[in-house]
Amino acid sequence: MSITLENIDKSFGSFRALRDISLEIPDGELVGLLGPSGSGKTTLLRIIAGLESANAGRILFHGQDVTRLHVRERKVGFVFQHYALFRHMTVADNVAFGLDVLPRRQRPSAAEIRKRVGELLEMVQLSHLADRYPSQLSGGQKQRIALARALAMQPQILLLDEPFGALDAKVRKDLRRWLRNLHDELNFTSVFVTHDQEEALELSDRVVVMSAGQIEQVDQPQALYARPVSQFVFDFLGHVNVLAGEIANQRIAQRDAWIRLPEAVPSGAAQLYLRPHEVRLQLHPVEHAHLPLQVESISLVGAEVRLELRPCGWDAPQLWEVGITHAEYNGWQPQRGDRCFAVPDVGHLFRPDCASPGTFYWG
Amino acid sequence: MNRSSGGWSLFDARPGKRVLPGFALSMGISLLFISLVLLLPVTGLIAQTAEMSWSQYWAVITDERVIASYKVTLWAAFFASLFNGVAGLLLAWVLVRYEFPGKRIIDALIDLPFALPTAVAGITLAALFAENGWYGQLLALLGIKVAFTPLGIIVAMAFTSLPFVVRTVQPVLEDLAPEDEEAAVTMGASDLTVFRRVVFPALWPALMTGVALSFTRSLGEFGAVIFIAGNMPYVSEITSLMIFIRLQEFDYAAASAIASVVLMASLVLLFSINIWQARYLRRLHGR
Repeated sequence: MSITLENIDKSFGSFRALRDISLEIPDGELVGLLGPSGSGKTTLLRIIAGLESANAGRILFHGQDVTRLHVRERKVGFVFQHYALFRHMTVADNVAFGLDVLPRRQRPSAAEIRKRVGELLEMVQLSHLADRYPSQLSGGQKQRIALARALAMQPQILLLDEPFGALDAKVRKDLRRWLRNLHDELNFTSVFVTHDQEEALELSDRVVVMSAGQIEQVDQPQALYARPVSQFVFDFLGHVNVLAGEIANQRIAQRDAWIRLPEAVPSGAAQLYLRPHEVRLQLHPVEHAHLPLQVESISLVGAEVRLELRPCGWDAPQLWEVGITHAEYNGWQPQRGDRCFAVPDVGHLFRPDCASPGTFYWG
Repeated sequence: MNRSSGGWSLFDARPGKRVLPGFALSMGISLLFISLVLLLPVTGLIAQTAEMSWSQYWAVITDERVIASYKVTLWAAFFASLFNGVAGLLLAWVLVRYEFPGKRIIDALIDLPFALPTAVAGITLAALFAENGWYGQLLALLGIKVAFTPLGIIVAMAFTSLPFVVRTVQPVLEDLAPEDEEAAVTMGASDLTVFRRVVFPALWPALMTGVALSFTRSLGEFGAVIFIAGNMPYVSEITSLMIFIRLQEFDYAAASAIASVVLMASLVLLFSINIWQARYLRRLHGR
């Protein structure tokens, strides 16, 4: 079932939580709403569910206007960050709840309900916990039960509010993969909220990046990472190394640091953004760049070695971060306090007068 | 209680495990106070009844008039706490769930029955419900007599013990996650179903505790009741009054004997409600 949002506006008192949000989610898509806290992503999700009502705008499910429809009648599955399992009911009773509360005429027989619950528990691979109480389950198990419960009514739309936010990293990864498989198998339309960019990029067909109640960008994960349309999206998706300076004579410079741009750019203030993998480190400056740095910390865990670097003789809003291979690390053997120079391969230039960045390639 | 390390002793101060020191001292003072304030008077009570033989004791506590007073007290306390269960839940609900002008004042007023001397409450209620009182006049039109009847006892008991229910339910209601109700609604549950199957089971233990406290308090209520009850033997005489009457007759042993019955009834009720609640909560918290 497709979801269409038209010009959604929402205020809480004088705080404007959502500004003129329009979004089209096709049938069967898995969409992630990504943004920092306070960006309005949860509010938007709750408006889709009907738990919150918009001040203006329309919501359509499969072309049908549901704006005035009560939560009860929207028939969406909703999964909460903190599971919201009923503590006084067993796992089986929790999963059966939606079927149990159907009006008598539509309600399946007790045996039928038991059978459905059995199937749902099997689907989430927790049949053996049917008679337990929620307090006896781990976080990951609770969230899977919450999912089974939400799916009991066979909703066409599944909404998840930070579903993995309260779980530890390992469980989160497993559940993420499992949810993706489930989505592909049952083929409902899913929208989930997250502030974890890795989660959004890994799980979603498309990512909706939000900030301050507005949509910044809607794109497929690869496109989003490769071509962020605004400084906000750039900042939000992974670490970014920034050189803020003045452009003059085809060079962006700030005190001791400068980079020669491969093509002519009008002079004035500008910011050059460089992703950690778009920068190399060398012991000596090169012809087109002079970016002196000092090694601040070294992290060896993972596929590559991550160095945090402090600018020397110039300033950056936060430490620079550069990844080098373990082979490079073994050859160079950097220590804390060592000096080196950054060499840009790809850079994204933001100027105050244009919203989208210009991308440059060196070498 | 440090169960993991094998047996535990009552005076296990567990050095180094607590930030604040002084377990031995604080435990000692607590035990001393419990002894002075609770155990010693109770022992005195039992000692006084011990002056009597079993048959004397039995005769005193099964005296016809005393038995009648048990019945009056129990029934009145039952209806008063039942009324408080409903009214207290409603008050707690309104105070937690809604915002309205004057909420803080109403919240503070809830404790008034605790702050008011019970005799003052009794006299006020008697005046209000008397046949020429404000409420009494109106109720007389309906043919209902409250003052100087068993109904008056219920009113007085309900008035003095209402805060127990409100104050035990309120914090639990405040802690209730709104997500639980939202989850139920997204699954299609009606408002009534959400209350019946999601909210109420969570409030139930606290409500039961509140009602039980209200009940036990009502069993022992004296000041508020005697002014409005009429105190007719066999009809509107409460057990506390029987104790008082025996005291006025300087029959301390008999007074203690009757008091011991009230004490036992209250203790049994409180213990059973505690055990029941512990079981229920263990299921909820998984211990």
